[in-house]
Amino acid sequence: MAQQELDHLSGQTTTGHEWDGLKELNTPLPKWWLYVFYVCIVWAIGYWFVYPSWPLVSDYTKGFFGPSMRSAAIADYEGGNAARLANASGLADAPLDKIKSTPAFLEFAMANGKAAFGDNCAPCHGSGATGGPGFPNLQDDDWMWGGKLEDIYQTIRFGIRSGNDKMRDMTMPNFGKDGILTKEQVADVATYVMSLSDTAVKGTDSGKQLFADNCASCHGEDAKGNIEMGAPNLTDKIWLYGSGVAAVEVQVNQPKHGVMPAWEGRLDPITIKSLAVYIHSLGGGK
Amino acid sequence: MSVETAGDEGSKLYADHKKIYPAAVAGTFRRLKWAILGLGMAIYYFLPFVRWDRGVGQPDQAVLIDLPGRRFYFFFIEIWPQEVYYVTGLLIVAAFVLFLMNALAGRVWCGYLCPQTVWTDLYFAVERLVEGADRRKRQLLDDGPWTLRKVGRKVTKHALWILIAWWTGGAWVLYFADAPTLVKDLATLQAPLVAYMWIAALTFSTYLMAGFAREQVCIYMCPWPRIQAALTDEWAYNVSYRADRGEPRGSLKQNRKLRAAGEPAGDCVDCGQCVAVCPTGTDIRLGPQLSCIQCGLCIDACDTVMAKTGQPTRLIAYDNDINIDRRERGEAEVHKFIRPRTVLYAVLIAAICGLMAWKLGTRATIGLNVLHDRNPQYVLNSDGSIRNGYTVRLLNKIATTQQFRLSIKGVAHGSRLETSSPAGRDDHALLLTVEPDQTREIRVIVTSPAGADDVKSRGVTFVLRDATGQTVTTSDFFKAP
Repeated sequence: MAQQELDHLSGQTTTGHEWDGLKELNTPLPKWWLYVFYVCIVWAIGYWFVYPSWPLVSDYTKGFFGPSMRSAAIADYEGGNAARLANASGLADAPLDKIKSTPAFLEFAMANGKAAFGDNCAPCHGSGATGGPGFPNLQDDDWMWGGKLEDIYQTIRFGIRSGNDKMRDMTMPNFGKDGILTKEQVADVATYVMSLSDTAVKGTDSGKQLFADNCASCHGEDAKGNIEMGAPNLTDKIWLYGSGVAAVEVQVNQPKHGVMPAWEGRLDPITIKSLAVYIHSLGGGK
Repeated sequence: MSVETAGDEGSKLYADHKKIYPAAVAGTFRRLKWAILGLGMAIYYFLPFVRWDRGVGQPDQAVLIDLPGRRFYFFFIEIWPQEVYYVTGLLIVAAFVLFLMNALAGRVWCGYLCPQTVWTDLYFAVERLVEGADRRKRQLLDDGPWTLRKVGRKVTKHALWILIAWWTGGAWVLYFADAPTLVKDLATLQAPLVAYMWIAALTFSTYLMAGFAREQVCIYMCPWPRIQAALTDEWAYNVSYRADRGEPRGSLKQNRKLRAAGEPAGDCVDCGQCVAVCPTGTDIRLGPQLSCIQCGLCIDACDTVMAKTGQPTRLIAYDNDINIDRRERGEAEVHKFIRPRTVLYAVLIAAICGLMAWKLGTRATIGLNVLHDRNPQYVLNSDGSIRNGYTVRLLNKIATTQQFRLSIKGVAHGSRLETSSPAGRDDHALLLTVEPDQTREIRVIVTSPAGADDVKSRGVTFVLRDATGQTVTTSDFFKAP
């Protein structure tokens, strides 16, 4: 490379590369630019030592300062929790209606409750809290065990038929299966029950009498239910196990009973309160 | 075919850095550059201290970028994050102004306004002050041995440079917090770490760019010279050497002799002053080049020499390709500033500025965002009524607490509008208080009664009104089975 060709138009040297008569001019890069490349290469090698990089036989190089995405994520998560709790100091001891009326508490409880609902409640009640057959809809205004803030709080804490000491576990007898009522009587009373909310169904006097004798003690004379016993209102449009005479017959014959776990001990007190406030706010709360 | 060849000098793949020692110069363009430098720096360094009263509890800094509070304050204008299009508009206007300047007079930005030029200019001034105004003296100082005098001068120069760089970085952070408070906090080491980090980073980059990188930034790093060349035309004025007048160049004595003998002789006395004063080391006599930032200092240098030699000034001047050609053909010069591109740029700038001013002047000081629940879309209540849920955000963009009236139009007869948040009632509407300069998010429930014929899926309109009667609306929907 002692002698190089000169491009006579520009007066610059060429690199000697030529394509179809076009020659590449040699426009030298400044030296400092080259040094910046070298520095970048050295910098890149630095990564080998600072971060986990090389695979070994049964392990890998850990990096000088032991960085780990996992521990960083956990630290972020815990830092976030601590920061949020700092905003809500006093929430753990605050009564439920105080949480509802204090904007800072309410904001925290709504956000925390929404997240906790997605993690813990959505598998049964659905991500929109609309439930499904056998799993109560928490959006509507029909509450078997009460829809007041305190009632919801109690249900979440101790559950229903959960095995918890303070659970509520009333059950409905197997009127048909255990021979309390005959098959015809079951059909009769089911038809009467359905007639209470559906004007197209006509009930009989015998059905009404059967209801008064067997059902009214829990569901009430007017069949509007009793939240003390978890007895649902039979006069409204909402049916946990399906509407229609046939569905009611099945439920009278051998009732299905849902189970709600007790969350006290599984979730921290602040989260349980947050869940109660969140669920109560969904729209159906009393 | 004969092949021209070059020696070893031409065969290098990497170019050594040649330090440039620009000579001091006086004249019109130097004065203009000092004025722009002084004005620009005064604005940059002192603007954060200008106060602007916005009322109790509001920042009183005229220009403030409040990142934690998500607000941008510019005198009487307050921009929220969702109005970032004003900033976009500003950037578009800035681009068109750059294009317009280019269409009129080439690299005006590069020569007079670019921070790289301005700070480098300031650093050159410090260099001349400390190491001597004479460029040869500075060169000799650099080439000479490390004497006590040289060490003293170098230390003084770099100390002054770092001081300027530190002040540059320091002023930058003042735009992001209350300036007097931050200055006090910085002095007492109470300021947040991020402020010190930004100051350190900008001190370093200013020192590096203006002290060392200098013309290398313009020649090798900056994209604008490349783009600029594609945007220019033959009518744009550029700093040019008038070769028709200057060539053939030669010493004053020689050219006088030639002229007396009736031979061709130019006005250029080949003194090299135009190259000596150039901050990028460009020889303008070679024609337009990428390395020329068109700062006009060579015009000043040449005018000084022309005045001394008793020849007409402006041998180097703002000139354009059209007139270079016309003079060659012996035609009179023409000047044309009103051309399709200058008109187009000016119209676009005016249109965008006008649009932004109109939007800014008529924008509402209240805002309403509505989001229908995605899941569930509707809920059937035990009495057969249908419920829809919405998340509503209310925006209060003024500095006092406001009571808003939220109502809904287009729902089925007998429908109810409710919220679980603290709110008052006015007939069918909700009365909601929003803190000054804040937003408030509430959950709103609309229930349509059972059995009514008009309970069906339909479009609805939320209406928000403030105490002055200002109204904003947002359309959404009501969903039914």
